[in-house]
Amino acid sequence: MSRLRAYTEFLFLAALLVALVGLFSALNEHFWSLATLQTVTNRIPSLALAALGMTFVLVAGGIDLSVGSVSAVAGAVFGWCLADRGLPVPVAILAALGAALACGLVNGTLVNALRMPSFIVTLGLLEGARGIAYLVTDSQTKYLGEKLGMLQATPFAGLSVAFLLTVALTLAAHFVLTSTVFGRHTVAVGTNEEAARLVGISPARVRLVVFALSGALAGLAGLCHVARLGAADPNAGSGLELSAIAAAVIGGTSLMGGRGSMLATFVGVLIIATLEAGLAHLGVSEPVKRVVTGVVIVGAVGAEAIRARLAARRLRRAN
Amino acid sequence: MPRMTAPRLTVRALKKSFGANAVLRGLDLELVPGEIHALIGGNGAGKSTLSKIIAGLETRDVGELTLDGAPYAPASRRAAQAAGVVMVLQELSVLPTLSVAENLFLGELPQSRFGVLDRPKLSESSRTALARVGLGSLDPGAPAATLGVGQQQLVEIAAGLTHACRVLILDEPTAALTGAETEALFALLRTLRATGTSILYISHRLEEIAALVDRVSVLRDGQLVATLPVRVAPRDRLIELMAGVPGSAVTAPTARNRGPLALRVKNVRVGRAVRGVSLDVHAGEIVGLGGLVGAGRTELLRAIFGVEPIDGGALSLGPEEEEFAPRSTREAVARGFAFVPEDRKHHGIFARLGVGVNAGIARLPRRRGIPGVVDAGAERSAVDRLLAELQVRFASTVQPIAELSGGNQQKVVIGRWLRRDVRVWLLDEPTRGVDVPARQGIYRLLRERAAAGEAVLVASSDYEELAQLCDRVVVLSNGIVGGEFTAAALHPESFMAATFAGFRTTS
Repeated sequence: MSRLRAYTEFLFLAALLVALVGLFSALNEHFWSLATLQTVTNRIPSLALAALGMTFVLVAGGIDLSVGSVSAVAGAVFGWCLADRGLPVPVAILAALGAALACGLVNGTLVNALRMPSFIVTLGLLEGARGIAYLVTDSQTKYLGEKLGMLQATPFAGLSVAFLLTVALTLAAHFVLTSTVFGRHTVAVGTNEEAARLVGISPARVRLVVFALSGALAGLAGLCHVARLGAADPNAGSGLELSAIAAAVIGGTSLMGGRGSMLATFVGVLIIATLEAGLAHLGVSEPVKRVVTGVVIVGAVGAEAIRARLAARRLRRAN
Repeated sequence: MPRMTAPRLTVRALKKSFGANAVLRGLDLELVPGEIHALIGGNGAGKSTLSKIIAGLETRDVGELTLDGAPYAPASRRAAQAAGVVMVLQELSVLPTLSVAENLFLGELPQSRFGVLDRPKLSESSRTALARVGLGSLDPGAPAATLGVGQQQLVEIAAGLTHACRVLILDEPTAALTGAETEALFALLRTLRATGTSILYISHRLEEIAALVDRVSVLRDGQLVATLPVRVAPRDRLIELMAGVPGSAVTAPTARNRGPLALRVKNVRVGRAVRGVSLDVHAGEIVGLGGLVGAGRTELLRAIFGVEPIDGGALSLGPEEEEFAPRSTREAVARGFAFVPEDRKHHGIFARLGVGVNAGIARLPRRRGIPGVVDAGAERSAVDRLLAELQVRFASTVQPIAELSGGNQQKVVIGRWLRRDVRVWLLDEPTRGVDVPARQGIYRLLRERAAAGEAVLVASSDYEELAQLCDRVVVLSNGIVGGEFTAAALHPESFMAATFAGFRTTS
């Protein structure tokens, strides 16, 4: 992929976002307001963090369907530590993230050991981890109040700490993917696993790390969700995996592996959030919102498919 | 025995090219009814292509075929079968989850009304077909996965014989068979011969040919060298014909300073493909690995590099003979191995990634201070220098490598290892699909590496290449060492004899 083409694609995405904001502002006078910005940015962190992890996995040539359930496990463990055990908040945070990381490591280990498509393996934890979340919370929502209030504080321009943290992690993930040895190896494994193995890269290690990252980021997403609701809900994050995949795909991440950008995924998240907020402002009902979101996802995937076909045709002509 | 009758199948002036590579160059062949006719030749002689064209799996470029006097040009395998020409493929194509009976009649399963599978009829026809190849006791309803490899091969032959068969083509049918199964197959082939079927029998096993066939056709470089009755064609004569007269005396490479031992392979076994191979490679030496396709060269190289596990024997590195058992390619690379795979497109290049990424991936320079971070500036300059040194023709470093020619791709796949300190190079067919100038560039590069004291082990199916490039050539044959030659002692005929030596000791 040429750098120029990468920039054009990113600009296209940004333009799409601006157009959406413009469209909704024109359609509804109340859309263009600080309140909307806050609503959108408040809702973003969970989805964005899960989508960053998903992008790592997708670029490595896998998929992680368990992120929604894993985020619920993190929330459940957090709630259990505080409500049932009375542990201090930092300990609860570490326990929650540890549990999510462990889920990620289980995914990675199983994919490596069974040599099975991650699509199938992580389907197991999609169910299993959800069950664990129910077990940990006794299937009850635990009300925690302002225990994670610090994430919701808005120190700067109405933007929450959780949002700022998410932006920082997006930049960090972008750096990891583009500028570290691990990031290069991830792209290599996702592009051609066998060729990567034959230059001395261990695909198993790369997979273990991307699933671990996906698990840990899903855990953080779960904590952000808890902070927003003030409660640990074992049902939290259901369907998060699909939204995360959608955000990554809208951002141009290839489901075939080897191709993706953290910044573009973040813009994909912004597009989804804007779409949701905008449609809500227009008073569109929930079912219709989902239909529209579905159309946008298919549109984005279709655009990607057409782009790939054009690239292939260009390649044929070059040879 | 061949009777003086009209020919069953004739092939006249057949030509076939794949891209710029001419595989058949005006080939002639004639089969008579009721004969078993062997087809032999070295790598690239054209045996597979010829048989695939006859069986409708490939189309010809130029040339004429006749079957029982009528023009014959099958458009597909199905069309060939309808005309009575059946080929049993070398690669096992049995579908393991289906029953033996379903495998036998796949594509023409008997149906009763409304398209329902007619099981009684299927079972009955299957028993007849299986009895024909000596598998009468086999349950047609058993899943094919429960069969041994030899039985699977026989099922494939039985499937071929369910068609009315005028010409039967078999490609190395006994490779997976036990002695008893082989005998049963031969008895079957003799019966078929007696009923007038013509059998084209491709094999590397010259003893087998002597025992079974009536006539032998020897191919070389896509042409027929000779067709002769097998009784006037002793083994040595056949090898001589396959080897041919050396076109030009190839100058042996100038002797290099042979350094200390770099790699020792001791009685290594890998699956069924490598059955006890020993060889040494010294620092500063280029050792060739010759042999037929399937002789075990690829498997041996992959096992040394840690891609496939070793099932026996030992590997050691350096003059101290430090033993190692490679568990991963990562470990092999850390020990100083460099590997160039046979299948460049699928195993060598990262097709969608840029030329620069492809060239730099074997070693990414790290920034001092922060662990694991790539020094992008150092990487760019190193890659630019490398690509210039290798004389790769490309538009920009972000151009996908798939857009480059095969030769330029291969320069990158080999050259990327120059960014590491390599002790032993393992190359599998490094010049396949590479144009002549790039090929010379690759030879030069490997000679330079040897001169720099690195050890080079290179597998090649091309005799000329081995003769031009290597100080020593080890010939693998059917998974064992069939012979070993210094550059000075290398001769096409003795090389060809070594190529077939491994088939002698097996039953």
